Parts: sequence; C-alpha cells; structure tokens
Amino acid sequence: MDIPMSWMKEYANVTANLKEFVEAMTMTGSKVEGYTTMGGAIKNVITGQVKAITKHPDADKLVITKIDTGSNELTIVTGAANLKEGDYVPVAVDGAVLADGTEIHTGKLRGVESQGMLCSIQELGFDLHDFPEACEDGIYVFPNAVELGKDVVDVLDLKDDVVEYEITSNRPDCFSVLGIAREAAATYKIPFQYPVIAVKELAGEKASDYISVAIENPQLCPRYAARVVKNVKIEPSPRWMRKRLRAAGVRPINNIVDITNYVMLEMGQPMHAFDIDTIAQRKIIVRNAKEGEQITTLDGNVRNLDTSMLVIADPEKAVAVAGVMGGENSKISEQAEAILFESATFHGSNIRVTAKKLGMRTDASSKYEKGLDPNLALEAVNRAAQLVEMLGAGEVVHGVVDCYPSKRESWSLSYSPQWINGLLGTDISEKEMIEIFERIELKVDKENHTVTVPTFRPDLEGQEDLAEEVARFYGYDKIEPTLAAGTPTVGKRSYSQNITELVKKNMIASGLCEAMTFSFESPKVFEKLNIPSESHLRRVVTISNPLGEDYSIMRTTTLNGMLTSLATNYNRRNDSAGLFEIGKVYLPKAVPVTELPEEIPTLTIGMYGKMDFYDIKGILEQLFEVLGMTEKAEFATEKNIPWMHPGRTASITAEGRQFGYVGELHPQIASNYSIGTKVYIAVLDMPALVEYSNLVNMYQPLPKFPAITRDIAMVVKEAVTVKEIEAVIKKYAGQYLESVTLFDVYQGKQIGEGLKSVAYSITFRASDRTLVDQDVTDAMKEILEGLSKEVQAQLRDK
Amino acid sequence: MKEKLKQIHDRAISTLKEISQIKELEEAKVKLLGKKGELTAVLKEMGKLAPEERPILGQLANEVRQDIESKLEEAKKRLLAAEQEMRLKSETIDVTMPGKACVCGHKHPMSIVIDEISDIFIGMGYEIAEGPDVEKDYYNFEALNIPADHPAKDEQDTFYINGDILLRTQTSPVQVRTMEKGKLPIRVICPGAVYRSDEVDATHSPVFHQLEGLVVDKGITMGDLKGALAVFAKELFGEDVKVRFRPHHFPFTEPSAEMDVSCFACGGKGCRVCKGEGYIELLGCGMVHPKVLKMSGIDPEEYSGFAFGMGLERVAMQRYGITDLRLLFENDMKFLKQF
Repeated sequence: MDIPMSWMKEYANVTANLKEFVEAMTMTGSKVEGYTTMGGAIKNVITGQVKAITKHPDADKLVITKIDTGSNELTIVTGAANLKEGDYVPVAVDGAVLADGTEIHTGKLRGVESQGMLCSIQELGFDLHDFPEACEDGIYVFPNAVELGKDVVDVLDLKDDVVEYEITSNRPDCFSVLGIAREAAATYKIPFQYPVIAVKELAGEKASDYISVAIENPQLCPRYAARVVKNVKIEPSPRWMRKRLRAAGVRPINNIVDITNYVMLEMGQPMHAFDIDTIAQRKIIVRNAKEGEQITTLDGNVRNLDTSMLVIADPEKAVAVAGVMGGENSKISEQAEAILFESATFHGSNIRVTAKKLGMRTDASSKYEKGLDPNLALEAVNRAAQLVEMLGAGEVVHGVVDCYPSKRESWSLSYSPQWINGLLGTDISEKEMIEIFERIELKVDKENHTVTVPTFRPDLEGQEDLAEEVARFYGYDKIEPTLAAGTPTVGKRSYSQNITELVKKNMIASGLCEAMTFSFESPKVFEKLNIPSESHLRRVVTISNPLGEDYSIMRTTTLNGMLTSLATNYNRRNDSAGLFEIGKVYLPKAVPVTELPEEIPTLTIGMYGKMDFYDIKGILEQLFEVLGMTEKAEFATEKNIPWMHPGRTASITAEGRQFGYVGELHPQIASNYSIGTKVYIAVLDMPALVEYSNLVNMYQPLPKFPAITRDIAMVVKEAVTVKEIEAVIKKYAGQYLESVTLFDVYQGKQIGEGLKSVAYSITFRASDRTLVDQDVTDAMKEILEGLSKEVQAQLRDK
Repeated sequence: MKEKLKQIHDRAISTLKEISQIKELEEAKVKLLGKKGELTAVLKEMGKLAPEERPILGQLANEVRQDIESKLEEAKKRLLAAEQEMRLKSETIDVTMPGKACVCGHKHPMSIVIDEISDIFIGMGYEIAEGPDVEKDYYNFEALNIPADHPAKDEQDTFYINGDILLRTQTSPVQVRTMEKGKLPIRVICPGAVYRSDEVDATHSPVFHQLEGLVVDKGITMGDLKGALAVFAKELFGEDVKVRFRPHHFPFTEPSAEMDVSCFACGGKGCRVCKGEGYIELLGCGMVHPKVLKMSGIDPEEYSGFAFGMGLERVAMQRYGITDLRLLFENDMKFLKQF
C-alpha cells in the first residue's frame, strides 16, 4: 500500500529522514517495499511568462515564443496552439528533466534554435484529473500570475514522498494512513494524533426520513451505517485532496468520489455513494443475491450473481455487489441532488470469494477481505460527512442510519512477563512491556496483568501475540542469538535417504546427469507411451483445478518426463545425453481418489548416443554391486512392456519380485517423442533398492590355494540365452567352481545360420588344497555333457 | 711384447671412443677381451718369456685389461644414457592436446543446494523428515492454524484433487506429521517439492522446492531461533554474511519473522539486486504457534519450538547466477554439465 509521507505526518509527526524512517518501520513490522518521491524526477522546469509569439518561418504548425524567466529571455519553439502573450507557463530550460526522465536540451526546430521547451501537464507527470484547469492538449497555463524563474515543482506543489508498505494479512488496520501513522508513532515513541471528527449537520430533517436500512444476513454484514447529503454540488475536489489521492495511487474524479476514496485511504474503511433517487422506496436491504440475479456494475459489465454473494438492494433490484462494486443503476450523476454514503462492514472471506468468483478484485474488496472492524464504520461515515462540509460538496442531513445488530466489544488478555521473556529468550522488564502495550493503545491493568485489546486489533488473540508486540517494539535485532540447550539429538540421514544418496552418487560416477521434471502431466501421455487402455497406470490422481490439461494428472510413470527431457536434448542437437532422475510416481488406492495415493520414489535412467543395451545394463550392474545386491538382482528376457523393444528389454527381479526393467525404448515411442535415434531406458523402484541393498558384507577369507582356469567355446542355437548356459555350467561344475566368465559371443558364416558361438573362462579352486588336473578334467567333462544334454551345445573345435 | 700390449691398449682406447652403438661395443669387447681376443692371444705368448719378465708383463697385462674393462664400462654407460635420451626425445608428445574423455556425470543444481543445506543442519543435530506431495487439507492448512476461510488459503493458489486432498503448497505439513508422531525433542528439516498454481515463466513455476525446519523441545526461545539460523546463514553464504530478522506474519508461528541476508551482489551497500536495501529476503520463521502445538498433541505449556521455511530455487538461482527458472526443469545436458 502506498502512503504519502505528508499525509501520515499529519497524524504522527515523524522527523527522521526518509531512509532512516523506512528502516525503522521495516524493523517494527511494517515492511517497506520501496519509496519514491512524486514529482522527484522533474528538474529545471521553472515558471516563465510568454512575452511574444511569432510564426515560424518554415513550419505552419510551430510558433516561436519569447519567454521571460525572470533572469533570462529565452526563445522557445512550440507546437501548442493555446498560448497567448502574457500567459504564465512551465518552462523546461536547457538541461531540464521531465517527469518521464526525458532530458531537454537547446536544439534547432526547423532551423530555429529553441532554448528549451514549454510543458504540458502530462509532461509534468499529471493529467486533468489532478489539474482540471489545465488545457487538454496544450501547454499548461497557470490560472494566476506567478513569480518568474521559480521551480514549477514547488509552485504547483507536486512533490511528496511516497512509501510503499507490504501489509500482512493479519493487520487490516494497517491498510490505511491512520494505521501506518499509529505504527510510526509507536515506533518513534511519539504521540499519535487521531483526526478530530466533528460533523456540521443541518437542523430539521433526519437521515432516517430519507432512508431505511435492513440487514437480512447479519452474519455477512455486521454493520451498515449510512448518512445522507443533500444539495450536492459535484465539482473537482481541492488540490490538496487531489494531490494526496494521486500520491496514494488513486486517480481523482470529483469531490464525492474523491471523498469516499480519501476516507478509504485514510481510515481503511471502504465507502460507497448512491444517488438516493435511484433507491426504490428509499429502502436499503442487505441480502444474499437471488439465484440467477444479474447486475451491471459501474465498470459496465453484466455480472451473474449466485446465492452465496451479498448484494445491496432496494425492494426491486440489487444496486451494488456488497463490498466489491456499485451498480450502474445507482451511480451518482451530475444531476444528483441527494446522495447516500454507505459505510458498512462485511464478512471478509465472503467478500474475497465473491470478488474472486466475479473476477474483480477492487480496492474496496481487497480491504474488506482482510476483515474490518465494525466499530470503524461510524467514524468513517462521519469523516466523510465532515469532508463534504469542508469541501462545500453538499449539506449533511442530521443523524446516521446505523444498523449494527451486535456490537463488537473489546476483549482482554492476560500476560505474564516471565512467560514472554521465556519465549523470546530476553530479560525485558515488566515496565518496558507495559510501556510498549500502551504505545499500541492496549489498556493495561497492571494489578491483574491483563490488557484490553482495541477492536481494530483482531490479530491479538493470546499471550503469544502480545509477545510478538513486545518483541517487535523491543527490537528483534536486540534478541540475543543463542544455541538451543535441551536434549542433544543426533543429526543424520535415514538408511533409505543414505541409499538414495548412494544411488545418486553412483549414477553420477557412471557419467549421468541428474534431471528434474514435473510430477504432473497430461493424460495424453498414455497414448504417446502406448500404455494399454486397461493398464493400471491409467488410473490416476486427477487435479480438479489444473493450470491446463497438460498439467492435469499426477504421473503414474516417470517415462514422459524423461523422454521429454531427452527429446529437448535431441532437438537441440546434443550428440548424446545421459540422464537420471529420482522422482515419485503417484498411484491412487481408489479412483476417484478418497485417500492419499501411494507415492513411490522411482529411479529412471534415459540415454541416447554411441551406446547399446549393454552400456545401460552395465550401469545397473555397477549400481547393484555398490548396493551389495548383485547376487539378488536377476535380469530376464522381457517381451511384454508395450513401450519397450520386445527383443531388447530385460526385467529385473529380486526374490521373485519384479522391481524394474531396462532396455531399448520401442522405436515407435522414440518417434512419438521425435527422437530419431535409439533410446535406452531403465526404471527401478527405489524402495526395492533400499530393501535389497546390503551395505555390510561379511569378510570372505582370501584364497590360499591356486586356481585353475579352463576355457571352452561352444555352439548353441541363437535363442539359447547366456543365462541358461551359465545355469547349466553352475549345475554341473561341482563343488570347486569359483567363477564363470563370458568372454566371447560370435555369430557369423563360420558358425552357421541360427547358431552362435559362446566362449567361457571357467575357474576352479578348492579352499583347503591345491587342485590337481584330474579334478578339473572331471568337472569339465560333467559340464560338457550337461551342456550337450540341456542346451544341445556342441564343443567348438579350436 | 710390452710393445704389443701397449698397442692393444692404445687401439682399444681409440676404438672405444668412436663406438656409438651398444652392439659395436659388445663386438669390441669380444674382440679385445674374449677367448679369441687380442689380449688373450698376447697372454698366450707369456710362456715364451723369460721367467723374470713374466710377473712384470703379467702385471702390465692385468693393468691393461682392467683399464680396458673400465673404459668399456664407461662407454656402455655413455651409450645407454645417449640411447635413453634419444628415446625420450622421440617420445615427446603435444601435452596441450585434450585429455581422453572420461564420462563424468553431474548433480542437479537444486540437489547441490538441498544437499548442502541438509548437511549444515545435520551437523547441528537435525534429521531429515519426509512427507507426501499429495496431502490432506488438514495437514497443509487446518493443523497449521489456517482455517477454511483464511485468506492465506487463497494467497497460495492451491491445486486440489478434491475437497480434502490437495497438492501441498508448502513443506510445513511435514512439521505437523512429525509432531503427531509424538517423539520429542524434535529437530528436523524437510526439503521437498511444493505446488502452487502459477503459470510457468522465468521466475514462476507450478512446481518448486522448499526446505522446512522444526525444533520442539523444552525451553526453546526466539534467541535459539536466531542463533540456529545465523549459524546456517554463515555456513551457507560465508562468515561475512549479515543477517537481519524483522517482524512478519505467518498463521502457524507467533511471533513470526522474516530473515534477510546481506545482499550477495553488493554486500549490503545497496544496489539494484536488493532494491537499495542492502538485504535480500531469505526465509520465513517464527516460534511455533501454541495452537499448532496443541493440535498436534504437544502441550504448549511444557514445550515450545521454532520453525522456518525457505524457497530453494531462489537460493540456487542466486548462487549460480541463473536468471530463468525454466532452465532447471528442461534438463539440457549443456546446462546440467555446468554444475
């Protein structure tokens, strides 16, 4: 919220300089977002008088003026047509700066030297709302004679420091000049001067003779106060008011509108003015909107209302959306004779929801939505009446129609200095605390250790809130930093967190870069990934208010994120890419969702470039080795994952449970993602890696006796897997088998169609003696017979 | 004969001087000292000498032999050294050529930041707590003292699954889940993804990361909060960083504060980055609201605590000078390899 310093100083006369002031306010909780000086950019624009006007010899639309600036006579070329000799005008002399930062220098205009520029009101950063006397498209002409050579900023009184505050949602009282002044006074321990509000009323008629008010829903409208002003004279408000409104960021309109805005800015209470003749039967009814009811608001839009919304109505029609915007049908016209000033209190969140539903968050609604103090309403309407009187905008009819069914009373809170010091870690005396409470208008009962809270501070609900008040005026910066004593705790990562870290480190050591993708995506990914319609992966957690279809479901597979990232790399012509991500998938327990879904962290690897299946498999084998689960993890042919290459995919299982797969992406899917090369993918369930990992291996004694190694090469049918062959070797090798290592696989003409040659090194060792040749020869014989019997292997001639 | 020995000696010396190859040296050795060598041939004639001359000539022959042998040795050393030098010369390579590529992966910058911050707090006795992304309204709002009609619920434009289930808008629900477990004292941090309905642009993302901290014990004070976070800031940003706590409002803490750190760009003097303030907002914090403790089954009369939370993208972006948030989610190798 923008608060002009001069306005605030009327109620709290702060003398500190601006920089010091904004820092002090920030430190007591009124966070300053920034500050500027209105009119501050303007430099070297001075008053001058037009002495002569002659035609430009070479341009029809330009004139040459002689300008007296008191000490100089300048020649200035201008295109404006509204000047006459003797006019007083703003003159931007050589080196001047205009409101928008434009610099003015002496220069030639169509061959004639111009020693500066005459300014319009727009060039000074204002418009006709601020200076109604100004010419709409011409040079600003002062209405009266002014001293020559004076700074226009001073003459027109353009300057004001404006401070922008970030007001937190718990402090609706601070959304006003008075609220900030109150905080400033408390910050600087200076008096806070509440404005003296006294209304001069006409004798005779009463407001209640003009209008009646009925609140149908006091829950949503705790108070409705109204005053009537007659003999209204609509005209521009005075310069001082227009200046303050503009400095606070509000455009001046006319005296009546300006008064409502002025009161809203000063006191934080939104006001609305109705033309009283538009109110049927002069009867205001505050009620919920009817089903299907419509209203055209002041901005000219037709609004469809629903029954949750509150309207201000007369017996025939709605005349305003309560707390949000007035209706076109009741707006003040130039001819209005009598008007009604509304100063009401509405239920904060109801207004917020209404404004949101209607898509029109207004100055008024943003004030109401914080929840206003109903006790403010009467003061505010009186303040408005006072200003009407002061501005001569009309005559105030006697009395207020004030509908306030249940008054909000102040409440008391008890405090314990000891408890407050205990919470803050401070040693602040009770005297100092009391002094702070009094500064923010809490009434202190020292004997009973209680304070009475004014009704504009609904945020003060308990002792912890009082502790904050004490802390912020004592100074957060004065609270001594300490290190918590108490029970020592051990800082650590859990086992599963450690495994996650280990997996990440290992992926990075394998040359992969860590990726991060969104966990929601489009339901279209199922088609893109060729996920069958009956697949459980299509049962999803759906977001009811997504940013769009593309972000509307929680992912049940991490593939789309990975493939999209790979596609990005491919499109950007990166020769190769190797990514991994540990991210969650979200599997609903029921659809539609009735309880929280299962969230399963998943390791996903995606790669393309110079590589084949065995590269990505190698990465997994190394991972399993690091996690101590090489023995448990088994790879097997997997032909049934629709998005994977049926001949180049392996399932990964442990203890009979499949926990992942690895392989080449189905070329159709790669093409769906516009990746024109082979893509390799591995997906592993993280909880399974945690479960099957074993970081503590028992020591195996180092071998004492030498090993004997024999190589064999055999020819088998192409379809026989290495895994099958190894199983046979292990089955027949006998007790001395130490290891079986594949060292060659060959297919080619020499072998024959449909066949392949496979070669192994087989190592034998005994733990208690040196093996003799015969031991190994016997074992090899068994192995060869086994291979021949079970996989029809033929020993290959060397 | 004496003359012959001298001739052999002289010839040997001059031959050895000229030899430039190990092979020639071996040949010369055989020719001079071998069984059929010149010196042997001379010695074979010793028998013909008078007995009194034999010891004299014998000694002389020995001296000649020893001298030749030592010269041979010298020549051998010289040749080996020369040969080595030749080899080294021929093996010279261009060391400015690039090394052989060794594939090296990289951690995501967000992970680097999360891990670094986590390690700081682990060192201070914190554990890492985790919670679900898809969360109950109760944990995300209600149990944090944000009732149904609280404006904060709107401010954090929430993605809903249904009326009771949503995508967490903050990591704070993990606080509640941790407190509910009832194991005290509590010292935890919780890094994780959070969701708010912001359109994607250079500074906004509907998915981003926060790190939450919670300490609950007997006698925890606001001084302790300041102390812990000051240590954290110094560890993360360096010894010279200045911190500033100023009042703020959060529904789940009271008193509440925001912690600013001195601007990274100007060090606190005031610049464009910090809008002239000299400070940059880093995190929100405060003393856990007694209502929040109570709702999670902790007696606020006996226990107190503090909590804090910060956005991590901003920390990463500031640290690495990243100006567009979208880069973090694109996973371009050219980007990821920089960290």
